[in-house]
Amino acid sequence: MMDATQLTAEGAIKALAAGETSSAELVDTYLARCEDDRWGSFLALDAERARARANEIDAMDEKPPLRGVPIAIKDVLSTEGLTTTCASKILEGFTPVYTATCVERLERAGAIVLGKTNMDEFAMGSSTENSAYQVTRNPWDLERVPGGSSGGSAAAVAACQAPWSLGTDTGGSIRQPAALCGIVGMKPTYGAVSRYGLVAFASSLDQVGPFARSVRDAAHLLSFMVGKDPKDSTSVDWPDPIVLPTAERLDGMRVGIVTELMGEGIDPGVRAAVERSMALVEELGGTVVPISLPSSAHGIATYYLIAPAECSANLARFDGVRYGPRHEADTLLDQYELTRGELFGPEVKRRIILGTFALASGYYDAYYRRAQQVRTLIVRDFATAFENVDLIASPTSPTVAFKLGERTADPMSMYLADICTVPVSLAGLPSISIPCGLSDGLPVGLQLVGPAFSENRLFAASHALEQAIGFNPTPPGLS
Amino acid sequence: MSDAKYEAVIGIEIHVQLATRTKMFCGCELSFGDPPNTHTCPVCLAHPGALPVTNAEAIRLGIMAGLALGCDIAPESTFHRKNYFYPDLPKAYQISQFDEPLCIGGSFTYLQEEGPQVVGITRVHLEEDAAKLQHLSASGRRAGAEQSAVDFNRGGTPLAEIVTEPDIRTAQQAADFLKQLRGTLREIGISDCNMEEGSMRADANVSIRPVGSTELGTKTELKNMNSFTFLRRGVEAEIARQIAIVEAGDRVVQETLHFDPVTEQLHPLRSKEESHDYRYFPEPDLVPVAPDPAWVAELRDAMPEGPVARRVRYEAMGLTFEDAEVLTESRELSDYFEATAAQADAKQAANWIRGDLRALLSERGEEPWQGHVTPTRLAQLITLVDSGALSRANAREVVLPAILESDKDPQAIVDEQGLGAIGDGDELRSIVQTAIDDNPKQAEQLRGGQDKLLGFFVGQVMKATGGRADAKAVNELIRELLGS
Ligand SMILES: [Zn+2]
Repeated sequence: MMDATQLTAEGAIKALAAGETSSAELVDTYLARCEDDRWGSFLALDAERARARANEIDAMDEKPPLRGVPIAIKDVLSTEGLTTTCASKILEGFTPVYTATCVERLERAGAIVLGKTNMDEFAMGSSTENSAYQVTRNPWDLERVPGGSSGGSAAAVAACQAPWSLGTDTGGSIRQPAALCGIVGMKPTYGAVSRYGLVAFASSLDQVGPFARSVRDAAHLLSFMVGKDPKDSTSVDWPDPIVLPTAERLDGMRVGIVTELMGEGIDPGVRAAVERSMALVEELGGTVVPISLPSSAHGIATYYLIAPAECSANLARFDGVRYGPRHEADTLLDQYELTRGELFGPEVKRRIILGTFALASGYYDAYYRRAQQVRTLIVRDFATAFENVDLIASPTSPTVAFKLGERTADPMSMYLADICTVPVSLAGLPSISIPCGLSDGLPVGLQLVGPAFSENRLFAASHALEQAIGFNPTPPGLS
Repeated sequence: MSDAKYEAVIGIEIHVQLATRTKMFCGCELSFGDPPNTHTCPVCLAHPGALPVTNAEAIRLGIMAGLALGCDIAPESTFHRKNYFYPDLPKAYQISQFDEPLCIGGSFTYLQEEGPQVVGITRVHLEEDAAKLQHLSASGRRAGAEQSAVDFNRGGTPLAEIVTEPDIRTAQQAADFLKQLRGTLREIGISDCNMEEGSMRADANVSIRPVGSTELGTKTELKNMNSFTFLRRGVEAEIARQIAIVEAGDRVVQETLHFDPVTEQLHPLRSKEESHDYRYFPEPDLVPVAPDPAWVAELRDAMPEGPVARRVRYEAMGLTFEDAEVLTESRELSDYFEATAAQADAKQAANWIRGDLRALLSERGEEPWQGHVTPTRLAQLITLVDSGALSRANAREVVLPAILESDKDPQAIVDEQGLGAIGDGDELRSIVQTAIDDNPKQAEQLRGGQDKLLGFFVGQVMKATGGRADAKAVNELIRELLGS
């Protein structure tokens, strides 16, 4: 029997190639851990099909590259024959008729879907507490949140219920939970991974990306997902194949540390861990220079106009007419109001109303158009910064994992959890969060950002740092 | 409207269904009349996570429409979301174009008896159609209850919306404009423009103002008129209604109206449907449309001559306004006419096609270009008559039907049936002389000035020749031989 708590996906693939284990054994091992409900990571398991697929792959002479390694999928990605609820009551029991392109590509490469992970309803939130179904707990401290919105996928990997998983990131929803759960989380360049089958929150920001226990695993998983999809007009032809990073040095690498994100509002323990990482950058041959992203101060305000505006249209299709539960009423309007009023959670409603307002005639110019203009400034800030540095560094989250319930009454404090990640999303840039140490026994995430399509540079640098940091991603007491 | 005090100001918005194989933003085939919901997919049913992809053929056809209307093709145009809730709109937004349409600023010339008229084209943009909503009586359910069903087959059908400037002044002009515009759109193949099946729909914006004024009055919008007649009658009724309002000292209210062709009444559409704030914003799921300028130039160079241009050319060939109008009703008829006119007199060709040929064929439910009367044969027939070798009567009554039946050339039929006309030669002269000799009394009367007897002698000669004589030649011979 393999010990899942010590395994990376890379290790599992090696063991499979060497005949030390089978896909069926791996699937059983992980499914057994998935059924442990201490963490509340999963909303649905697909045990039967996972086992069948494992047996199928085990019987193949020519095995696909991932050889039947299991994976967990955020419940915002469409999976044929497996419920996809976005953790919302409005999609309770909804079983899609098609599979998202990114999941399909991974399955074709030999990954096996274990099940669907919990999340903030429609990916709106930073703690996974907005799930309409259950609480997900941080494997480092069960009284704390795993972050969000992809909290289930992050917790599943941190709790070794899957060697890796997929999340989605609109304003930080991969990077922030990765930071809070002490694992690697990566948001690719906008357009790198097809959004076909990703239930849209904010279309111009949403991206699919990997959670993993190592940078190499994250790179490996992403390498199967990138590239143009004819079903997504915003997906792009991928320039260079993604290579598994091997670099141990950062010679010549110029890393800019964002001064605005190293001062007030950032926990001292977080700042200290990030500063230690910057010292390591220099030890590895790189240089660290302070940089400024002045427009980033408006990141949260900009984000909370653009994302709700898009979501107000994206979520309008959930009307109870064609699928999902319906609250019948005497008139059409009543049916809409009852269905949507009863079945959307408060945060989702808050954002729909905010977005509807931002787009309303007479307010559009003052809010939506202005937000787009600021977005352009933020893009320019990053472009200017990248004239002098190769990568940009900051904390991923201003704090370590906070307590369950601590921020639910105060949306603004919850929104500020994404202060470091949101500007990057607005600029559409690739970004990774790697664990860089502990603060009060809880993981701290280091965010690295590169120019568009610099994924290979980002993986190479974060791999070198990861090796130097030597963080053990398995929470204490788990192994 | 001939009311001299007021003139109407009319602009038209036309929706045409583009003749693509598949829908605007997904791969579902277009269908008309197939069982409900048999042409659907996650995209056009707005399943969670599905994304639109623009149909390249729809872009091409939209650009063709713009080029035919003399528009500039935008180097970059964008799609927007137009948001509103309704069960026929599965995403709860329509993907349409807003402030950056595909084609901008053209014009269309249409012909009137008094001369050509120009209508400015504001824009041509692309959008998707809604699904079809059917309200069903609820048999088998609670008495009195009603239910509605949605057929998504039509949902996502590509549409081009053509918007004109308010350059039209009468209801008749509106109908003429639309008819000739349809001819052009059909000609370039972007749509079959079938108004009954709904592949072409027109809305009219109507206002009135005192003659001589250049200001625009308050306009009303007449929605969804699905025939030229309804458009004409609807606009007529609306102009009359507005004049009555103004004459009574009231003011026209801006509203949307529905014209009921049965009662000829105009009903305001519920104002609730009108108070939408559509909250347009750029569609983030689609990239801008940026057609290659070289490709657009190619399309422009390949644009065929439109029916209006052909009409102008036909009139220059000596055809009447009406001839040219009728002969350009379809490309096939036009081609048939031109092939005939290339080998015979154009005006004669037009007369034959519009008159005897169509009359004969309509009994058989055929079109000129379908039967044995090829342009060459028709031209030969015209030439035979023109040269006096065949009488018009025999050409019409004998030869033309015989070509249709037997698939033979006119000359062969003339020879077989001995229909060769007896011209002004000696043979005809002796027949005329015989007729005079046989009827001395009548000859004397005609000589005495009773001209009506000319017809009597022509009839005698025709009887004797089996109709092969040329009536004009017979006339001349009678007068010559009688010395009158
Ligand atoms: Zn479809």
